[in-house]
Amino acid sequence: MKSAVIVFPGSNREGDVLRALKSAGSQAEKVWHAETELPKGTDLVVLPGGFSYGDYLRCGAIAGRATVMDAVRAHAARGGLVLGICNGFQILCESGLLPGILMRNANLKFICHRQFLRVERNDTAFTKAYAKGQAIDVCVAHGEGNYTADEETLKRLEGEGLVAFRYSDAQGHITQDANRNGSMNSIAGIYSDKLNVLGMMPHPENLIEDLVGGTDGRGLFESLVSSFARAA
Amino acid sequence: MKARVTVTLKNGVLDPQGKAIEGALKSLGVEGIAGVRQGKVFDIELGTADKAQAEAALKAACEKLLANTVIENYRVELT
Repeated sequence: MKSAVIVFPGSNREGDVLRALKSAGSQAEKVWHAETELPKGTDLVVLPGGFSYGDYLRCGAIAGRATVMDAVRAHAARGGLVLGICNGFQILCESGLLPGILMRNANLKFICHRQFLRVERNDTAFTKAYAKGQAIDVCVAHGEGNYTADEETLKRLEGEGLVAFRYSDAQGHITQDANRNGSMNSIAGIYSDKLNVLGMMPHPENLIEDLVGGTDGRGLFESLVSSFARAA
Repeated sequence: MKARVTVTLKNGVLDPQGKAIEGALKSLGVEGIAGVRQGKVFDIELGTADKAQAEAALKAACEKLLANTVIENYRVELT
């Protein structure tokens, strides 16, 4: 599998994502935001976390309109896989690839802590290595992760099974306490209609080694690589 | 020609920043404030003297970038 990690001015998690991808067995390279095309043969595009353009205007607003995003939109339209983590999720929402928006956390605080997520479905390219309903232990670090969408969009996301992850406790129970940023329906990540675009606020790439205290994030990258091993 | 674009949150969209400001005003003892909603103002210098062209450019600017119409409304004033 070949991955392209898009780097915007202010991205800062590209190194960790590259490492997670490579350790799961993907080829991976960085691609600068001003490029007009993705490297030939790109299977997966990753928009990493960070503070692109200093979060000016709205988080992800300027990056969402970068030159390379036309190529990313075309890749997604062809059914290509796209993963946006944290600021990458904000960019996907601002670029129109995913519905809704990430608003300021309801408690107005930047939150940075370990966080359990419930895996809502495990039949997608991103989550095959997990069990449905499994609570995975990753982490969050954001000030604007409060997922908000209009009623119709929310109904569609729920009705079509497009919620990827929800904030949960260690047992996978969805509680108010676990939803620290105030997201509607405790949404931590969503898929596009065709399940080929995933945006999520938490950082799976942070928890891929026992050395740093956990490996629950590995499954996401291993799922992606194994999807390609089978497809190829 | 100049323009002022005002971007505000739509009714019903939760505005935690506005709420925090409202709380701060209360704690400062400023009385008679019932609610605060925070928005953004953009002062724009136009590169054209043609009113219709300016209006079209401003509409495009708002729709494409300045406002996220999922949650925000915008108002354009030419001055």
